[in-house]
Amino acid sequence: MDVLMLSRLQFAVATYFHFLFVPLTLGLSILLAIMETRYVITKDIGYQRMAKFWGKIFLINFVIGIVTGITLEFQFGTNWARYSKFVGDIFGSLLAIEATVAFFLESTFIVVWALGWKRLSPKAHALTIWLVAIASNLSALWIIIANSWMQHPVGFVIRNGRAELTDFLAVITQKFAILAVLHTVGAAYVLSSFLVMGISAYHILKKQHTSFFIRSFRMALNMALIFSLFVVAEGDLHGAHLADTQPSKLAALESHWETTDHAPFYLFLIPDAEHEHNLLQFGRIPSALSLLIFHDPNGVVPGLKDFPKVNRPPVALTFFSFRFMVALGFLFILLTGLCWLKRNRLESSPGLLKIIMYSIPLPYIACALGWTVSEVGRQPWIVYGIMRTSQAVSPIATCQVAISFAGFILVYSFLGLVAFSLMVKQAKKGPEPFTSDTI
Amino acid sequence: MLETIWFALWGFLWAIYFALDGFDLGVGTIMPFLAKNEADKRIMYSAQYPYWDGNEVWLIAAGGVTFAAFPTTYAVLFSSFYSALMLILFALIFRAVSFEFRDKIDNPAWRRCWDIAMIGGSFLPALLLGVAFANIFRGIPIDGEGIYHGNILTLLNPYGLAGGILFLVLFCLHGSLWLTIKAEGELHQRATVLAKKMWLVLVIVAGLFLLATGFFTQLYQNYLKSPIFFIIPLATVASLLLIRVFIKKEAWWKAWSASSGTIVGVTLFGVVGLYPNLLPSSMDPSYSLTIFNSASSPLTLKIMLGVALVFVPIIIIYQAWVYNFFKDKVREHDVAYEEHY
Repeated sequence: MDVLMLSRLQFAVATYFHFLFVPLTLGLSILLAIMETRYVITKDIGYQRMAKFWGKIFLINFVIGIVTGITLEFQFGTNWARYSKFVGDIFGSLLAIEATVAFFLESTFIVVWALGWKRLSPKAHALTIWLVAIASNLSALWIIIANSWMQHPVGFVIRNGRAELTDFLAVITQKFAILAVLHTVGAAYVLSSFLVMGISAYHILKKQHTSFFIRSFRMALNMALIFSLFVVAEGDLHGAHLADTQPSKLAALESHWETTDHAPFYLFLIPDAEHEHNLLQFGRIPSALSLLIFHDPNGVVPGLKDFPKVNRPPVALTFFSFRFMVALGFLFILLTGLCWLKRNRLESSPGLLKIIMYSIPLPYIACALGWTVSEVGRQPWIVYGIMRTSQAVSPIATCQVAISFAGFILVYSFLGLVAFSLMVKQAKKGPEPFTSDTI
Repeated sequence: MLETIWFALWGFLWAIYFALDGFDLGVGTIMPFLAKNEADKRIMYSAQYPYWDGNEVWLIAAGGVTFAAFPTTYAVLFSSFYSALMLILFALIFRAVSFEFRDKIDNPAWRRCWDIAMIGGSFLPALLLGVAFANIFRGIPIDGEGIYHGNILTLLNPYGLAGGILFLVLFCLHGSLWLTIKAEGELHQRATVLAKKMWLVLVIVAGLFLLATGFFTQLYQNYLKSPIFFIIPLATVASLLLIRVFIKKEAWWKAWSASSGTIVGVTLFGVVGLYPNLLPSSMDPSYSLTIFNSASSPLTLKIMLGVALVFVPIIIIYQAWVYNFFKDKVREHDVAYEEHY
């Protein structure tokens, strides 16, 4: 393997791992903030107990998100030096803004929150978790804006052998970025609420701390219902926009070969990139693909054959990732819908609770598939249409990257394992009992 | 002009990072020498816990600003220092998670593992950051294409190692002074004794480093050109002497502040000597990366300057508030609860 392949794999490992932890930070911080706000308003100590219990899981998760984020920022320099040199004027400044505007805020106040239960008034304490929640979400906003620029570069000229910024507002307000931010953050809220619902289901099934966990469950259910609907509805807006911005990705998502209007949708198909067709396809619904993407049967769906082979992304991986992500998206609506119907008799629905408990990993998988669609679907470009991934890699020795890649796998597997088992341990333990001294 | 302002800000951000994270890296490094029992260790963890995360963001900011303001330098510097940087990053990961993981399982062997992670994860970055910066001061073998002709051993040259030792000693002193503020009783006493010893070591190491800088680097040329800048090394030396004065007076916050001043001074001493280079080439001066051949476009520099001028003061204000909020000594009952609250 060469430096390029190793660096790609290493970056993939580092991002997938990082994004196992980020979504829960984004969503659970908001749930915690709501719990504490309710405590301030209602003076009901139960809400504070909730914030404390979920807060412990939050903190373990948070620290891994932080430390794995640092390696990502630095990898642009270590492994993607030519990319960094080419796009630093735009991409680098977005990362720097993220650090100054958001990352400082969340990292500084998370500790005040963690240690502040006794030292701060309930109001001030609720304020600190709101700061953490807002800063984390702002952080995501800037990172996704930066990523969106790689997907659909705007507001720049090629000058002095690099991309130079000409229109900052265009970069931060482009439609691609807005859609991507909403989609990613919405998915993070689904993931967080499913985790809270899943852990609550475990305890309700065991008939322990039942009222505590029914309350937690219902609170998360509201979030899950709103955002699983939101993510799918909002995801629908991406299709027509992709036709304008990333036609080769759109074609790969659907494994669509010939540019046509009235494009049919196949319920099942297997792409065969080498022979430029689908090995198998059945369940044809006429014009459905055009309808799905453009809400218009006359919509022209770009085909992969429009692009020279060297400019096509890996079709099968992009296609299957997309299909499974969408299927999961609908499954989340179904599951939350069922929970909503049974929300007042959760204890008497053990089957549903069990399904919810085992569904905890599903939004994680959906997020990873989403990033696969986004990043693999962009290939062979690192900046769509402007710079190839193969031109972006650092001029460094292979053995260095091989060693660091092995290091990432070892260290991250270990960290993942420890964090996972500690979170499970914390989750199973349940909330602290009511005493006057546990505050 | 914009490039020069950003060069100054760049140096300033690194200096703040070293002065802040310096003390918690120091506390981690000296733990095996100062902590006699579990209670001491807990105090040494708690003395860093409220700050480490906020401190480390200055590293992200310094890295991010290098990326944003001087992308070519970011690209060449980070890819040249590949293995050293990876070691620093992994070390910082282990260090950071040991705060959250250590007390989650009540088992001495488990705790000992995370203690090792804490010590190694503090020692290694302290040393390697020094090695890295000394090599920046000295220049590294990069060609006209920005390709590095060396490996990690190239960085471990005598001057690089001297820089590593200088940072290590600076941070250990900084960490022991932090503990004199945070700890009471015997631990406080031991930290005081160590601070005094470390101060002596630092005087010798810093003196040797200043001498070696004359032999191995071009840093003094800028000072000889504009002697007014000699004020920086002079202020640094004054700050270094003040540390000892304040230790004697048992004015711990002041001693720690003087030590912060010394770290900032050492960093700025190198940065001023470097100007207008960001990364000198030891192969040919014309290959050196300077603020002129590696800066971002004026538009980006202006926007980023606006962001920095608004947000950096805000960050300093709220971080100062947090430092003040946790200003009390760490007492045993504070750390008696499982996981800090």
